[in-house]
Amino acid sequence: MKRATPWLFLAPYLLLFSAFVAAPVLYGLWMSLHNWDQFLPEKPFIGLENYANLFTPGSAKAGPFWDAMLATGIFTLFSVPLLVVLPLGVALLLNRRFKGRAVFRAIYFAPYVLGVVVVSMVFRFVLDPNIGALNHLLGTTTPWTTALPWAWVSLIGMTVWWTLGFNAVIYLAGLQDIDRSLYDAAAVDGAGRWQQFWNVTLPSLRPVTVFVVTVTILASANLFGQSYLMTQGAPEERTRSAIMFIAEEGFQDFNLGSAAAMSYVLAMFLMALSAGVFFFFRKRGAA
Amino acid sequence: MKRAWVWVALIALSVIYLAPILWMLVTAFKTEEESAASPPTLLPSQWSTEALDTIFSSSAQTPVPRWFVNSLVAALGTGLVVVLTAAPAAYALARMEFPGKRLVFGLIVATLFVPPIIFLAPNYEIVEALGWLDSLPAVIFPVSAGAFGVFFLRQFFVGLPKELEEAALLDGANRLQVFLRIVVPLSRPALATLFLLSVLTNWNDFLWPLYVLFNPENLTLGPGLGLLQGANQTNYALLMAGGLVASVPVLILFAVAQRYIIEGVSRSGLKG
Repeated sequence: MKRATPWLFLAPYLLLFSAFVAAPVLYGLWMSLHNWDQFLPEKPFIGLENYANLFTPGSAKAGPFWDAMLATGIFTLFSVPLLVVLPLGVALLLNRRFKGRAVFRAIYFAPYVLGVVVVSMVFRFVLDPNIGALNHLLGTTTPWTTALPWAWVSLIGMTVWWTLGFNAVIYLAGLQDIDRSLYDAAAVDGAGRWQQFWNVTLPSLRPVTVFVVTVTILASANLFGQSYLMTQGAPEERTRSAIMFIAEEGFQDFNLGSAAAMSYVLAMFLMALSAGVFFFFRKRGAA
Repeated sequence: MKRAWVWVALIALSVIYLAPILWMLVTAFKTEEESAASPPTLLPSQWSTEALDTIFSSSAQTPVPRWFVNSLVAALGTGLVVVLTAAPAAYALARMEFPGKRLVFGLIVATLFVPPIIFLAPNYEIVEALGWLDSLPAVIFPVSAGAFGVFFLRQFFVGLPKELEEAALLDGANRLQVFLRIVVPLSRPALATLFLLSVLTNWNDFLWPLYVLFNPENLTLGPGLGLLQGANQTNYALLMAGGLVASVPVLILFAVAQRYIIEGVSRSGLKG
């Protein structure tokens, strides 16, 4: 094999990777240290000022930024447990032998292929307080998208509806990977179905669960389309997510440097959270 | 299966899952007036193509057919770029020995854990510097650079039996011939899965195209439908018709290639 061969195979991807993945990670950090107004001819270096603004109580940026972080936090706090537990239940339902299993699996997965825009539009219609189908069915006049706590219920509910099938499919693959002989051994030892679930199914699913928890946290923290399209941040920007605020800062107020700094602060939170999840499960695994 | 409650649960869930999609479908065939009726009618009293006609008679502000074509080009383009760049790279990482290999693979995998918001501001500037703002390359190349494809295909290639490749190399074939004639044919399902997942992701992308495409002519369906919603806040028949147009291709794709898509997703969990 010639020495250049592997690099020739790698070259096209590495070109893309360098330009749009590796370079931006560093370039974004560089931008965050500048007053990077798109329309300024000069983009003066300001050191850590963009970061300091976020950590100065009472500054113009800090208040709305942390409100938006809180909104993302609330959403993540409630949607992640639902999206970790409910899909496991659905996967257990589907992990039985019966006719039409593939059809049900496809039905529950289908919303995931629709994408956030279509799903948000449909739910805005279903949840419309005046002419929406849900209020009609329930005989209520709940302001699903314009008042708290209903706006959160709606955002979380539609996100669970949208992505439950994705997590269920991952759990299902994990369930089908469990060695049947473990169940037989447990049954010989006199374990009932419930004990088998606790002592065989759950421990065997640990790696898959770590994956589901991590992916779901990251996805929830990316909350953008749902609140941009369905609640439009209402009421009073209380459902404006961190990413929505960062995008406004960068593309409506043209402060890409400050937006980059906010992105890094959010990313640090997420990486710390992911690391926490990883160590939590690893410790439990060793015990 | 003996227990009735399992069937009750399965069917109740199916209703919850199908109802909103069917609701979008029937509403797209109502008149604007009927779509806003309270109480709502279950089926259109008269099946109307008023909303779909409006959608397809392209207006300058909301040219849905243009968006549809743009989305198609962007999604298929992304699928192709991902497969064409990730496959050879993944093969090199799976089968060849060379100095720096572990570093390259480590770097690529590490970026799987970088929250994507990090890329928003800098990639906007990079795309602008390349002169790609407000054009389709902006929504094809940056998203094609993600590490998932390389990671996914490398795991697959590592699992292939080596013997055929080794025999071909002994017979004097070079690496490119081995890759194209042996590895690619054996990997068709994995390549198809990656292609489909990339097409789906790109078709449904929203945040990035929303900020790098501006002119109504140049939008894809994601930001386009956002614009349509902004301009027609309560014309739900029209909005559902727009949603339907955006959903039909992916629902057909899903119906045809369900096995690949679902298996691709489930495998990502096992290897993760």
